Amino acid sequence: MEKLIIAGKEFNSRLFLGTGKFNSNQLMEEAILASGTEMVTVAMKRIELNDKEDDMLKHIVHPHIQLLPNTSGVRTAEEAVFAAQMAREAFGTNWLKLEIHPDPRYLLPDSVETLKATEELVKLGFVVLPYCQADPTLCKRLEEAGAATVMPLAAPIGTNKGLQTRDFLRIIIEQSNVPVVVDAGIGAPSHAAEAMEMGAAACLVNTAIAVAGNPVEMATAFKEAVIAGRRAYEAGLGTQATNLVASASSPLTAFLN
Amino acid sequence: MKILVNNKETELTGGNTIAHLARQLELPAQGVAIALHNRMVPRTEWENTPLKENDSLVIIKAACGG
Repeated sequence: MEKLIIAGKEFNSRLFLGTGKFNSNQLMEEAILASGTEMVTVAMKRIELNDKEDDMLKHIVHPHIQLLPNTSGVRTAEEAVFAAQMAREAFGTNWLKLEIHPDPRYLLPDSVETLKATEELVKLGFVVLPYCQADPTLCKRLEEAGAATVMPLAAPIGTNKGLQTRDFLRIIIEQSNVPVVVDAGIGAPSHAAEAMEMGAAACLVNTAIAVAGNPVEMATAFKEAVIAGRRAYEAGLGTQATNLVASASSPLTAFLN
Repeated sequence: MKILVNNKETELTGGNTIAHLARQLELPAQGVAIALHNRMVPRTEWENTPLKENDSLVIIKAACGG
């Protein structure tokens, strides 16, 4: 399988994991390790004074894992730049999942602010992976602005509804010169496999693994699905018929008489 | 001296720099960042950044998220 390269860095896994919604940090760490991922997102929050809660960071810092801080909670490009600078200082990385979704109901990314923030953050030396609408024109603009990948959504965050934006994802993948990471809405390994078969460079999965009956097993299932989908893409899928007329795969010569 | 940390009034004792505050709050050696009046202050400048009454700071740390 071809290795994934983002901003000159090689990744052996094409599955990225989010760290939200797990029942415990221990379970999250086990799922991360089972998934084989090498890219894990981390959010930021204001500290509570005298707070003694378990530090989640120690569960995700492993030598093979690239931390991907996100800017969740910001509403404008200006706030995103501030959050990015805080993230770079806190986590010692200039990699950033840029996400600007001011609307709390659908959590859909604000395209105007996302493009503006990408332009500014690239100039400030960040490796920017923007979460964005599955809008082919926007994705080209983000690429031109210097985004290291584009991360169009399959469906709204946390919905598990799969590739609702399928046709637009196809166009984005066809046109893109940077890796296309399908982010948000992937709810089952089959969704991830389909995205990979379409030629997505990677998938970012969180809710589907974190809320599964057994998150560690689900992480393994996603790992296998992403590998299978990518292998199929690289192998070249057969053409789909336009009607239902069969095409024999066994010899049609007489057998019994 | 009273300052605001994440919008909560906090009494800073035993010094007047961000480094003193970090020690007072027992902040970990990594995974946190501090901003003074919405400008990030790098850890290397904490010792040299004095605070004054009613200064407002934001301190963030890692959290789970996708």
